[in-house]
Amino acid sequence: MALFDNTTVLLGKELRTEFRSRELLTTTVVFILVVVVLFSFTFDPSVGESRRFGPGLLWLSFLFAASLMLQPCFLREQNNDTLSALRLSVQDPFSIFLAKLSANTLFLLVTELLMLPIFAILYNVHILAVFPQLALVLFLGSLGVAIPGTAFSAISAQARMRELMLPLLLLPLLTPVLIASTEATGGLLAENPGLRIDWLGFLAGFDIVFLTALWLFGEYLLEE
Amino acid sequence: MTTPAFIPTGIRFENIEKRYGGLYALRRLSLEVAPGECVAFAGRNGSGKTTLLRIAARLVRPSAGSVSFLGPSGGDRRAEDGGVNPPLQTAREADTAIGFVAHATMVYDELTAEENLLMFAKLQGVAEPGARAATLLEEVGLSERRKSLVRTFSRGMRQRVAIARALLNEPSVLLLDEPATGLDPEGITWLANALRRKRDAGRTILMSVHGESEISGLATRAVRLDAGSVVADTRAGSDMHAILTFAEA
Repeated sequence: MALFDNTTVLLGKELRTEFRSRELLTTTVVFILVVVVLFSFTFDPSVGESRRFGPGLLWLSFLFAASLMLQPCFLREQNNDTLSALRLSVQDPFSIFLAKLSANTLFLLVTELLMLPIFAILYNVHILAVFPQLALVLFLGSLGVAIPGTAFSAISAQARMRELMLPLLLLPLLTPVLIASTEATGGLLAENPGLRIDWLGFLAGFDIVFLTALWLFGEYLLEE
Repeated sequence: MTTPAFIPTGIRFENIEKRYGGLYALRRLSLEVAPGECVAFAGRNGSGKTTLLRIAARLVRPSAGSVSFLGPSGGDRRAEDGGVNPPLQTAREADTAIGFVAHATMVYDELTAEENLLMFAKLQGVAEPGARAATLLEEVGLSERRKSLVRTFSRGMRQRVAIARALLNEPSVLLLDEPATGLDPEGITWLANALRRKRDAGRTILMSVHGESEISGLATRAVRLDAGSVVADTRAGSDMHAILTFAEA
């Protein structure tokens, strides 16, 4: 119960501070918008090309946007040493991670949902018919980005070259998530759309493994 | 969870060592603070005062040695073992006994003073968090600015919020790292009175100080650190003056 209560309180804090500053959402929305619009005008893709390259482009922009979003996640706890205050206050340190990764997943999903209609129009792909399945892929993929991303954000916040450290650690690790999410999205945007259960299962497995690892070892990542 | 009942708590540091790479912040430091003592730690910058307080707060793991929280019956609850994972359940119990004021304010600039205190009160499981936050904001003289964002506060006002946050769970042990930082003379007098009440009520207080002041005047014991070791330790008034002012004892 303490874990749930603490996570709820901390998630409330994350949402409140973000809606006051709009620091993370603005950065990521603008970044993805620029990438999607730029590629659309540069390549002027046909429907077939959009189906082939669109999912990869979409997830690559989500991944880079996520790395921008994840950077300040623990970094801003350093400003006033608020992480120490949280460590002294919470009943279960995992609640700090759970709140942050829930907030990161939520922010990423909001960004993705804002960008999807623009992507669909610019790349001439139909997403309405497969939207529930696509939402599931987006959720599992975003969770797959947010779980290790939040963990590495905690590590890199205490490192010397912190701005360089996060992408260096995160991007190679997230390659499997990127491949699985792209393949699953590609299956849904194909001429005969279908949900790729194999890739979906891979994403779910990845999420469970990393969430368990974070639950077991997360406390040590918070130590000075 | 409700606010824990007050339990007189002492602290025992045994052969504490803290290394940052090849640099020693603390060298085989042993010290026992009895329940209800008010200890002022003096020493030059880099002498190890902050590190010692952060180890006592369990925010920093010692490279060697251990810290124990001493209960009223003399039984101790070990919180940290150098190189060995601490038993988490007892470590969590120790957390509820500690109130910590650090160099940084440890509060969120993007939240109001009231939101900060409410959030930390809820996390600590304080009974009636709203009432507790309101009482403390009144005590620190910020009830009229309770709805203002902390980032709009002066350094002294932020320090008052920081002190209020540390007092939320009625801690048995107060760890204060230069608590008067940023406070104006009126604020220092308020803090001295507040700490005097805590000391007289049997709370254990460990604080780092620079020189003699209204705050260090509350101490019942003074300890001088130099290069991570205890070089002087006294409960006698005249010697305390020498330790706090860096004069030769």
